[in-house]
Amino acid sequence: MAEPKVTIDLARGLGLTADEYDRIIRQLGREPSYTELGLFSALWSEHCAYKHSKVFLRRLPQSGPHVLQGPGENAGAVDIGEGWAVVFKVESHNHPSFIEPFQGAATGVGGILRDIFTMGARPIALLDSLRFGEPSDPRTRRLIEGVVSGISWYGNCFGCPTVGGEIAFAPEYAGNPLVNVMCVGLVRADRIFRARAEGPGNPVFYVGNKTGRDGIHGATMASATFDEHAEERRPTVQVGDPFTEKLLLEACLEAMATGAVLGIQDMGAAGLACCTSEMPARGGTGMDIELTAVPQREEGMTPYELLLSESQERMLLVGARGREEELRRVFAKWELDAVRIGEVTAGRELVVRHGRDEVARVPIEALAQAPVYDRPFAPPAWLAERHAFEPASVPPPEDHGEALVALMASPTIASKAWAYRQYDQQVGLNTLVLPGSDASVLRIKGTRRAIAVAIDGNGRHVFLDPRRGAAMAVCEAARNVSCAGGRPLGVTDCLNFGSPERPEILWQLAEAVEGIAQACRALDLPVVGGNVSLYNETVRPAESTTSADPSDARAILPTPIVGVVGLLEDAALLATQWFKADEHRVALLGPEDVSLGGSEYLWTRHGRVAGRPAPLDLEVERRVQVAVRSAIGAGLVASAHDCAEGGVAAALAESCVTGPAPLGCAAALDMGARSDHVLFGEGPSRVVVSVPPERAREFEALMAESAIPWRWIGTTGGARLRLRVGTQTVVDVGLDRIEHAWRNGFERHVA
Amino acid sequence: MRFGVVVFPGTWSDCDFHYVVSEVLHQPVKYVWHRDRNLADLDCVILPGGFSYGDYLRAGAVAGRSPVVEALPEFLTGGGLVLGSCNGFQILCEAGLLPGALMRNECLQYRCQSTHLLVENAETSFTRALRPGQVLTMPISHGEGKYHADPETLRMLRQRHQVVFRYATADGQVTRAANPNGSVENIAGIVNEDGTVLGLMPHPERAAESALGGTDGLQIFQSLLGSLVEDGTFLKR
Repeated sequence: MAEPKVTIDLARGLGLTADEYDRIIRQLGREPSYTELGLFSALWSEHCAYKHSKVFLRRLPQSGPHVLQGPGENAGAVDIGEGWAVVFKVESHNHPSFIEPFQGAATGVGGILRDIFTMGARPIALLDSLRFGEPSDPRTRRLIEGVVSGISWYGNCFGCPTVGGEIAFAPEYAGNPLVNVMCVGLVRADRIFRARAEGPGNPVFYVGNKTGRDGIHGATMASATFDEHAEERRPTVQVGDPFTEKLLLEACLEAMATGAVLGIQDMGAAGLACCTSEMPARGGTGMDIELTAVPQREEGMTPYELLLSESQERMLLVGARGREEELRRVFAKWELDAVRIGEVTAGRELVVRHGRDEVARVPIEALAQAPVYDRPFAPPAWLAERHAFEPASVPPPEDHGEALVALMASPTIASKAWAYRQYDQQVGLNTLVLPGSDASVLRIKGTRRAIAVAIDGNGRHVFLDPRRGAAMAVCEAARNVSCAGGRPLGVTDCLNFGSPERPEILWQLAEAVEGIAQACRALDLPVVGGNVSLYNETVRPAESTTSADPSDARAILPTPIVGVVGLLEDAALLATQWFKADEHRVALLGPEDVSLGGSEYLWTRHGRVAGRPAPLDLEVERRVQVAVRSAIGAGLVASAHDCAEGGVAAALAESCVTGPAPLGCAAALDMGARSDHVLFGEGPSRVVVSVPPERAREFEALMAESAIPWRWIGTTGGARLRLRVGTQTVVDVGLDRIEHAWRNGFERHVA
Repeated sequence: MRFGVVVFPGTWSDCDFHYVVSEVLHQPVKYVWHRDRNLADLDCVILPGGFSYGDYLRAGAVAGRSPVVEALPEFLTGGGLVLGSCNGFQILCEAGLLPGALMRNECLQYRCQSTHLLVENAETSFTRALRPGQVLTMPISHGEGKYHADPETLRMLRQRHQVVFRYATADGQVTRAANPNGSVENIAGIVNEDGTVLGLMPHPERAAESALGGTDGLQIFQSLLGSLVEDGTFLKR
């Protein structure tokens, strides 16, 4: 087959700009070959090169005393003591999941699992953060069913438990759902592997699945906005095989244990092209590879296709010279291909041969150093109008109890058991706290330790105030971990935004990264890895009734998703979110400041996304989290639950009905504002705890020491939730009604 | 008591069974590779959960014809016991070592949840530490756990007391609502005619420590330990 002639139009068709094409010619000193052009188009895509986000990401704190590996490798790693480390990362698979929800989500799980086990870690937990349009829309229901069953299929078959996550709904995601998957792995701290090609003369092995024509240009697809032809791109979505992935896991860990593996990288986005340029780039070397040696499952694949295929369950591995046979033996045991396709060179060049033909010869630096853009950004003109919202302008509910019941049935707040009962949550025998509490907790066998993991994000808050909203996402994920008793050690983030070529979207990104950086610095939390997903837009207008600006209607809500891993030094001292027994005293920790701006209540009841989120004082946030952890660590609290969507009323209701048996509560809240604001207003740094009466004195002393705002608000017991604001009882509802609303609010749309 | 935990390509409960036997029960245990036929030094072989060979054909179909499974009849003749959980139960049915078959869950979805099991036969080597009518709590985690058998087989199972566990409510009522996967007659676990092979869909290894939510599963292992008499043979009834 004749290769297309390389022209600037061909380059444009592959997603490169005219300037980028000129830059390639300058760097090579000649026109690129067709294969070389393919290499550049993939490696210089937004997905691989972070062209538009790099300038901002530099602002994130990335180091700390626990950090064993920061950004730039397959995943980050933190030290958890006693010789152990956890490796973790979150990644998006948004674009493929919209085009083909089942395989898109499944291969998203597969990709992040490989990122973890290439580091030498055994994956012990998965968490998913999902965003969809309103579930009442049949089209959205199909997406939800496809995505959840894809995650279920891949994770379950592979054998890694899905221990947590979150699902939220808003019309802005209807044309562009978000599928962010986080994986956590466990490894001995001195046995972490890295994606480097070192030592000229060392053999380069291709291991795992055979290469086919699936997923060619997936990275480029993920770097463009959807149009009406999006579904025609189904062939760019990869097809997963969790069984082969499981074999690859066992074979890789076994091969690593022999000592014959020097470096290893997952063939993810941009496949072989990415590995053969990134691994030598990190190692300061070059690579020489022969494509005819690549195991192929289709006939007649061109060099271009072989380099850019995103067939799943493959790795590139640099072995120690002279130990090739040991490696082959391990992979043969697991019935996997392990083929030598080339070697590490000293030349700082990637040389690709196909039989007798040299099809590419490119300086490694040229491929690895994509252009970095520092484009203009500006706050959107429509933001002022959203901020002008006056909370008193919405009518108060006639019946606050009914309003609470309705809020608990909002799909975003309601139980997600329908999804997580489709996921294995326990394989590995580590899960001490299953999905359904603020954070999930996994023990570290052979020690007294455990880790707490949570993932969070709130697009509406970020939409209305990107800096504060993103900082709040970090705080909330960390607070969830603290509410389980864990001391947050590290962050991974996935930045889901629209097109960076629009100044207002780039402004959202810039502000959000600044917010994450500020919160991480205040909480002493390094960002050890993550992912940026841009171009989350469609030309199909979202069915939002709230869009003030028609051009904005196309983008998703700006959604940074934050994953946090924390450490419990004593696994026995963990906390869950539900009330445990009658007559426990209930306290609310944290500031009074709440806002209806951007709240779930304002959206579900009044159909508005407006106002501003409540102020965030990072020092108060830090102290509240320390106080909660100290109280849990001293065994003083029976439950701890973060106040998030739905405000303190929803948090109390959740503490009543989300445990094994419902348990009521009577509480009195200060009348700082109108009752609906007090009950349903949202604000950061707030935690509801319950304390056995005999520990109340000690708890009071600890809170006084912690120097945080806090007060007793009530007592557990009975089968109703009673809430007073000031002197008036405004909510008095049977738990059966709250529980029914909460259990069915989401499930009624999908079951 | 010497346990062997079989590892097929795609098995994932192997480490969990190994952990429970060695760290909770403090009994000798080793992994058995699916190509091994030599089971001579074992008292009990465990076929764990997972997706052997990806279960891309029928669940357990390929593993049911593997060398280690082909060696099981001889191992049983020699006085050994075999416990299959989850994928292990599917494999035992596919191999013809237990009657019936496991089909796709009635809800057509994977189910990972806690279930209650009514103990129906407490006179097997696997259930000696239990009493009939007792209710155990144990999780399930499968997509193909709907037990099916023809009416004649079901009649024989009843007549020979081969049904060991049925899905039930917390107070032991065998109801449709308590059946998580549509299994015929709520069957969750059965033994062969000799009482030397137990297959069950629930995961006893996930209910062996109180930190993980319960120890009811441990009683199956304790039954096994209690069945081993000093000369190395098992009490069968």
